[in-house]
Amino acid sequence: MPRYIVSRIGAALVMALLATLVVFLISNTVPGDPVLAQLGDIAASNKEFLAEWRAKWGLDLPLWQRYLIFLKGLFHGDLGISISSQRPVLEDIRSYAPATIELATVSFILSILIGVPLGIMAAVKRDSWIDHVARFISLIGVSSPTFWLAFIMLALFYGELQIAPGPGRLDAIAIAPEPITGLLLIDCLITGDWATLRDAAAHLVLPSIVLAAATLGLVTRTTRAAMLDSLSQEYVRVARAKGLKERRIVVGHVLPNALIPVVTLGGLAYAQLLTGAVLTETIFSWPGLGRYTFRSAAALDFPAIMGITLVVAITYLVINLLIDISYAILDPRVVR
Amino acid sequence: MADTLTKAGDAKAPPSKTEPVLDVRGLKTQFFTDAGIVRAVDGVSFKVGAGETLGIVGESGSGKTMAAMSLMRLLEDPARIVAGEVLFQGRDVLKMTDKELRALRGDGIAMVFQDPMSALNPVLRIAKQLAEIMVVHGKFDERQALDRSVSLLGRMGITAPERAVQSYPHQFSGGMRQRVMLAMGFSNDPVLLLADEPTTALDVTIQAQILDLISELNRDFGAAIVLISHNLGAIASVCTRVIVMYAGEVVEEGPSQAILSDPRHPYTWALINAVPRIDRHVAGEKRLVTIEGVPPDPLDYPKGCRFAARCPFRIAKCDEHPELEEIAPGRLTRCWVTQAGEPLPKPETTKDALPETESRVDIAPASSAAAVNGKKAEPILEVRGLVKHFPLPRDTFFGAQRVVHAIDGVDLELARGETVGLVGESGCGKSTLARLVARIHEPTDGEIRFEGTDIANAPQSVIRPLRRRMQMVFQDPYSSLNPRMTVAEILAEPLNFHGVTRSGAETKARIAELLATVGLAAKSAERFPHEFSGGQRQRISIARALAVRPDFVIADEPISALDVNIQAQIINLLIDLREKFGLTYLFIAHDLAVVRHISDRIVVLYLGKVAEVAPADALFDAPLHPYTRYLISAVPIPDPDAEKQRPRLPLVGEPPSAIDPPSGCRFRTRCPIAQAICAEVPPPLTAHRNGHFAACHFPGQF
Amino acid sequence: MTVVDQSTAASVIDNVKPLLSKRRRQLRRYFLPGLGLAIVLVWILIAVCAPLIAPYAPDIVDVTKRLKPPSAQHWLGTDSLGRDVFSRLLYGARVSLFTGFVVVLVGAAIGTLAGGIAAYARGRTEELIMRLTDLVLCFPPIILALAIAAALGIGTTNTIIAMLVVWWPKFARLARSLVIVQRSQEYVEAAIVVGLKPSRILLRHIIPNSVGPLIVLVTLDVGNAIITFAGLSFLGLGVVPPTPEWGSMVAEGRELVDQWWVATFPGIAILTIVLGFNFFGDGVRDWLDPKSRRR
Repeated sequence: MPRYIVSRIGAALVMALLATLVVFLISNTVPGDPVLAQLGDIAASNKEFLAEWRAKWGLDLPLWQRYLIFLKGLFHGDLGISISSQRPVLEDIRSYAPATIELATVSFILSILIGVPLGIMAAVKRDSWIDHVARFISLIGVSSPTFWLAFIMLALFYGELQIAPGPGRLDAIAIAPEPITGLLLIDCLITGDWATLRDAAAHLVLPSIVLAAATLGLVTRTTRAAMLDSLSQEYVRVARAKGLKERRIVVGHVLPNALIPVVTLGGLAYAQLLTGAVLTETIFSWPGLGRYTFRSAAALDFPAIMGITLVVAITYLVINLLIDISYAILDPRVVR
Repeated sequence: MADTLTKAGDAKAPPSKTEPVLDVRGLKTQFFTDAGIVRAVDGVSFKVGAGETLGIVGESGSGKTMAAMSLMRLLEDPARIVAGEVLFQGRDVLKMTDKELRALRGDGIAMVFQDPMSALNPVLRIAKQLAEIMVVHGKFDERQALDRSVSLLGRMGITAPERAVQSYPHQFSGGMRQRVMLAMGFSNDPVLLLADEPTTALDVTIQAQILDLISELNRDFGAAIVLISHNLGAIASVCTRVIVMYAGEVVEEGPSQAILSDPRHPYTWALINAVPRIDRHVAGEKRLVTIEGVPPDPLDYPKGCRFAARCPFRIAKCDEHPELEEIAPGRLTRCWVTQAGEPLPKPETTKDALPETESRVDIAPASSAAAVNGKKAEPILEVRGLVKHFPLPRDTFFGAQRVVHAIDGVDLELARGETVGLVGESGCGKSTLARLVARIHEPTDGEIRFEGTDIANAPQSVIRPLRRRMQMVFQDPYSSLNPRMTVAEILAEPLNFHGVTRSGAETKARIAELLATVGLAAKSAERFPHEFSGGQRQRISIARALAVRPDFVIADEPISALDVNIQAQIINLLIDLREKFGLTYLFIAHDLAVVRHISDRIVVLYLGKVAEVAPADALFDAPLHPYTRYLISAVPIPDPDAEKQRPRLPLVGEPPSAIDPPSGCRFRTRCPIAQAICAEVPPPLTAHRNGHFAACHFPGQF
Repeated sequence: MTVVDQSTAASVIDNVKPLLSKRRRQLRRYFLPGLGLAIVLVWILIAVCAPLIAPYAPDIVDVTKRLKPPSAQHWLGTDSLGRDVFSRLLYGARVSLFTGFVVVLVGAAIGTLAGGIAAYARGRTEELIMRLTDLVLCFPPIILALAIAAALGIGTTNTIIAMLVVWWPKFARLARSLVIVQRSQEYVEAAIVVGLKPSRILLRHIIPNSVGPLIVLVTLDVGNAIITFAGLSFLGLGVVPPTPEWGSMVAEGRELVDQWWVATFPGIAILTIVLGFNFFGDGVRDWLDPKSRRR
């Protein structure tokens, strides 16, 4: 087992290194001179100033040397300076990340808590009404465009019925608690600020439902398929021949096998929620990474985009690593 | 410890000898499919006495497994039990509530399934899977169940049972898993154990171990056993009474000895005679007794006797459906012909003439005899020092490259016109050897000379022209034909590629000729493989191999996926073709009786190395290598008397891993006569008698 | 053969559920896939015939008629520039279907080729291609597309290129696993023994037997591509205005909560077409999967 984990960590490190190379290459070979983008036309027309500027930022060095410098910077947490905010990209990311983590985690818990039991029941009671409901929910979930669902939700529950709060993490008048973790719910809990807690929770409802919709669909579908596959295995028949109750067979024999693919999907879904909330965050004015990404892209803020891309890629790698490790725990066959 | 395991002072009242433990009456199980109703079990009745061993024999589709599943109501949609009673100790299982049924399953009746690889839950420890069945029936608490699991595994012959219970199923081989399944079956001291093809997925040496174990358990625990199998030998070695099933019905019932020596139903008669017997080999007698055709469509059984269409003894009355009638005390048969009590005649092999469609001139068929006598003709194939190592996927990023030693220095020679059989347990490398010779795989080292050309490392462009003379027949009739091509396309491909035929019309004629040669109708050409049965597909596969008129055919287990009767048909076909076209065969099989039947010489392979090479009869009469002796003795004989007289040599353990093979002699870890030298020096393959080679430091001393 | 009414399939065991009749089973099996196919075909028809069906040109601006609710003249109302939402909706099908099909088909072609080569070449080539797919898969589609679109500029072609970069790896993985499965089938070995050249074995034997799962993935994935493209358009990266496109139509209407029709109908259009592909794709999968065909 330790050998397996070490090898997975090794592979992840290699991939992370490759990811930095990709990001570096995109940002250094794309059409459109980054110098031009960063200095503006007037400064760029001054040859001497340009050369000096290039030398200062190391742009006159060969590509591989620049890559090494880039890597060295990375090791010290240097992702460059954002053009729009004029702050280090890492600092920007650090300040936007908690909002995204909070939203993604709530959505993730929501989709797992509903999707997994729904998928299990749908498979166990195949072709019953609950199976049809589950299939309907999962199909609608994966088929509805997030941005449209967000619009409908806002228009209906905020605009029309006025039972949900508007965009943002808190009401305009509310005072955010002193950031401890940056996650509002937890910070409020720690400081015992119940009014703000309720406000923050209310603001989470709509965006987390919207964000969870597609994930819920995938989780339900995968759980159902994995359960059906496991239910058709010979060991289920053997368990019946042992005289076990159907409930015990499902929980004790079918589920442990069916969970394996669900864990993979769950991990990937969480990674996607963490990184793919661009649309939802934009619509709900959620001050997270997604909205930051979108704004940076719209402003052609290259250092910011590359910084995010790299952070996101590494998040993916870390979650994939966690999936691999949980595999080793769930499936004894993985470890040789 | 053994005492605590045997049946002593059990709470379950032992039924009196006269009253059967299980009484099945008129059981009917049907599948409701879109195509119609499949009558899988169609009115089956039988009884099992306390402690009795009953065998159920039949080919695939005869309904034997469905019948067993019905007894415990383990069927799944769309199968339904539509009629009958299953009285277990006087209570009808079919009328039980779910709760009563659960109390019965795994307690009164236990079951062992066919495929031990999929019957155990891969993510749960053996301990949990074993203890569970004991705890759920309330006879033992968790602690006792765990202790009993350990002692049961020990009783089933698993070494270090304390460690074994903490393992996961994938750490066990098939044979070990079947032992775990047996431990599971006996954990609550059942009154009745149903074993559905428990040894079919296992090697012959492991099969022998498991069959012996089942017999012992029957004796020690006193549980009645119903053994379901297609293998008459397996049934004969365990069961005192047999029922034979055909097309959903019981066609014959009686004591094993009586049925096997004097069958009274023509189907049983055909089953018995279709199997070559390892102990009764008649020199020169090559063709097996077969019956034509296939079992009737279970969607639409004929009105009369269901076997009539294939029956060699058919009479006019067979248009009426016969009942299962008693013809002698304890003997029942469903046949008009033998109802009066007279036996069926002994078989005489009639040599069916093959259609004379082939125009090619035969190459001296006598050469096979020449090869046996050692007067070596020029060899068609010569293999020297052949090695094949398969690299394993790396464990870790920087891990050392490990390899599977599939073939590790094999020498082989085939004379023109000769048939050489290749035997060994699964994993011994016999299929790899076939694929190396056919150059599907490239060898790691060594020489393969086909008619003088070394093809071991030759590029495919050099080998391609030689493929006209060397062809192969594959094991699995379901995957060896491209499902998206018609039979005509499958057969035309080699013809066109090698330019055997030059025009469309010529190709068409040749295809018709090939189909006739292998005994298929000409209209088969336009159909797709899935429209054929396994045996017919194997005929197509043979036709494809013959299309280019090869001299040399490699047959990789061509019959192991087929039913007994179809096996015999294919063996007969291969023998006829050999005589007709003077073919040279490299025939691979794990069934020793079949190999003996068809081969001139036999090569025994163990873990990638040749253990023994000898003319067929010499090998069986006086084997020199201890492994060969074990192999021969493990084959069950469908004759309880002969089986009793034969010493059964119990080969212990399982073949070691080919990743890390033992030093010196590879068999030494399981060899009873191994000495210090065996671990140090690999024994060379040396000649001991005329044409008889063995790789053993102490040949013939076992 | 006699037709048996199986709904009366009797059993001696009382407490088992009766089986559905053959007709109800078939209805259940074919209804949704049929519906899905119908939806997709209708949308394709609409896309092709948009100029014939649309009551107005999609880009005629008439400020006097801006933000009119649905009426007899404008079935789905008008947008903030007075353009007919219904007409724009019909034309929007063209962009969505086109990009959906192009991304998936080209992505599938590239991916299948890469995966096929990887599986066939083995060794270093395989390692290289598969590591490349791993690498691409650790960049989420929207972010990478944003980055690429930001680098290349906005426009349908650039967005399609950006999507293709992230689209091919899943096909490469699937194709590789399919080819590896087929490679070890005995009929492929038989083709080697016949002497066929690798190219013919690949084309005649391996590919025809591998296409099933690829077709399933393609059908299920077109909907996915349509949603992703609409999302990028929503963010202003997909099409250049005033081209009618569903994602950008929703974006134009997202602030107009009271004029709900501007954003709602294009969203419903996306929903139906994606549902159509999903229904149909599920049906194709069931149909190709022998396990689920049993019943």
